[in-house]
Amino acid sequence: MELTKKKRDVSGFLLISSTRILFFFLILILLVLIGKIFIEGIGIISLEFIFDEPKNNMTEGGIGPAIFGTIAVTVVMVLFAVPLGVFAAIYLSEYAKDSFFYRIIRTSINNLAGIPSIVFGLFGLGFFILFIGKNLDEVLETGLLFGQPALLWASSTLAVLVLPIVIISTLEALNSVPKSHRDASYGLGASKWQTIKSVVLPQARPGILTGTILAISRGVGETAPILFLGCAFFLPSLPVADLCIWGYCIPMINPTEQFMYLAYHIFILATQSSNPTKSLPLQYGATLVLIALTILLNITAILFRYKFRKSLGRN
Amino acid sequence: MKDVKISIKNLNLYYGTKQALKNISLNIPSKQVTAFIGPSGCGKSTFLRTLNRMNDLIDSVNITGEVLIDGIDIYDKSLDVVNLRKRVGMVFQKSNLFPKSVFENLVFGLRLNGIRDKNILLETAETTCKQAAIWDEVKDRLNEPALSLSGGQQQRLCIARALAVKPEILLMDEPASALDPISTAKIEELIHDLKTKYTIVIVTHNMQQAARVSDLTAFFYIGELIEYDKTTKIFTNPSFKQTEDYVTGRFG
Repeated sequence: MELTKKKRDVSGFLLISSTRILFFFLILILLVLIGKIFIEGIGIISLEFIFDEPKNNMTEGGIGPAIFGTIAVTVVMVLFAVPLGVFAAIYLSEYAKDSFFYRIIRTSINNLAGIPSIVFGLFGLGFFILFIGKNLDEVLETGLLFGQPALLWASSTLAVLVLPIVIISTLEALNSVPKSHRDASYGLGASKWQTIKSVVLPQARPGILTGTILAISRGVGETAPILFLGCAFFLPSLPVADLCIWGYCIPMINPTEQFMYLAYHIFILATQSSNPTKSLPLQYGATLVLIALTILLNITAILFRYKFRKSLGRN
Repeated sequence: MKDVKISIKNLNLYYGTKQALKNISLNIPSKQVTAFIGPSGCGKSTFLRTLNRMNDLIDSVNITGEVLIDGIDIYDKSLDVVNLRKRVGMVFQKSNLFPKSVFENLVFGLRLNGIRDKNILLETAETTCKQAAIWDEVKDRLNEPALSLSGGQQQRLCIARALAVKPEILLMDEPASALDPISTAKIEELIHDLKTKYTIVIVTHNMQQAARVSDLTAFFYIGELIEYDKTTKIFTNPSFKQTEDYVTGRFG
């Protein structure tokens, strides 16, 4: 009796301590990675670096246009991916009946998340640019406007890429709303849509928001899907155009232009530089900015979630 | 019997192929309290939920027979379920307040009808809270989260919320089963007050509760209606052996 107990303790001890070692090892890798980037990158970070354009064949200057491009692409991506994903999830969770067709859709969504991102890039080129864009040009007689790589198509492709993330996290959020709350709503004479709108969605909002932010983090870090979709090595101007309504003009993202992208910019600095020694600090700086951007987004998500949870009265 | 509010004729209910309610017919009188009693799984809750078509939400449910409210078949194809549920309010076993403020819970049903006038909303909140005998406890806490109230208060707020839609019938599914004796007493007192205005149908596990609050009692056993009579008769001199065994606590 005593022997078996001791034996179990030994294996338990081994399990716990090996887990602990692995855990510290993981933390160590993360710390070294981020630490190295931070130490090498922090020196170059300045207002000029963040807002300036690259100069002298990318051996000097900043990464302003790349940051702007990243934000612009992400904003348009969110505009596509979130409404589509949320409504798809609402349909799947509240309206669709469990059928063969339904199960195929569910499986496809899960598998979509596992497709290599370069495939999405090729899909974007083939479907969005060559099929939709070219046909749009023909129908609208715009010449060559949509049928070429542009911000719009990069955002669309990234939207398709992150759609599973939005759908899956929204589905989880919708399923976590207690059935008793739906019952209460129906019992008070609410229709199905009223129940979804005023009971289910408000409670699912933190989950939807989390999905959105996860999608953004994913999209910001992707390079492969947008390689052929309009992201450029260097551009003299930002993808901006004035939008004029009734004589009032505001500068807006121009979705038909090409753009620079932070993740792609790092790739270019690392592989295509004319003077690697001089561009190395820029590369560290750009990487640090990308990481900081992602962390910032995640923090925003957490704050939003906290605020919503608080307003729902459960902490 | 006084005026009949709800009349059920030959009602059968199936979950898939399993029959949960067997050929039930009974008349529920207006402005009285009718209690459904019976052991767990006897179908009394299911039966209660056929009266406002809450079972519609379950795909596998099939219903035959008629449920007439004021002479109108509520299972008629042309009937608007949403309107029906406004006329037939429901209070559930566990309080299911929304994670919103006390006030927003109270006016939820009104907002569904597109009522935005702050004065009407406040007025309704006050009158229904008074009806549900909870006004004194919540009048200073209308903007606090409803889930910060105590369990008994939450359940009475659920009743107030149901009353705010101005139903004619109130269905209560074991409304006090999760509450302490004092809260239970308050709910029972409330039921007693409410029956002057509403037709109340209550499902309960608690025999004393049925005896205390109801005018009529129906005893269910494995999907069948065994006996339905005045509460005093059911509890003192039931006609059937099964009923007697159950109300005297010999089984169940």
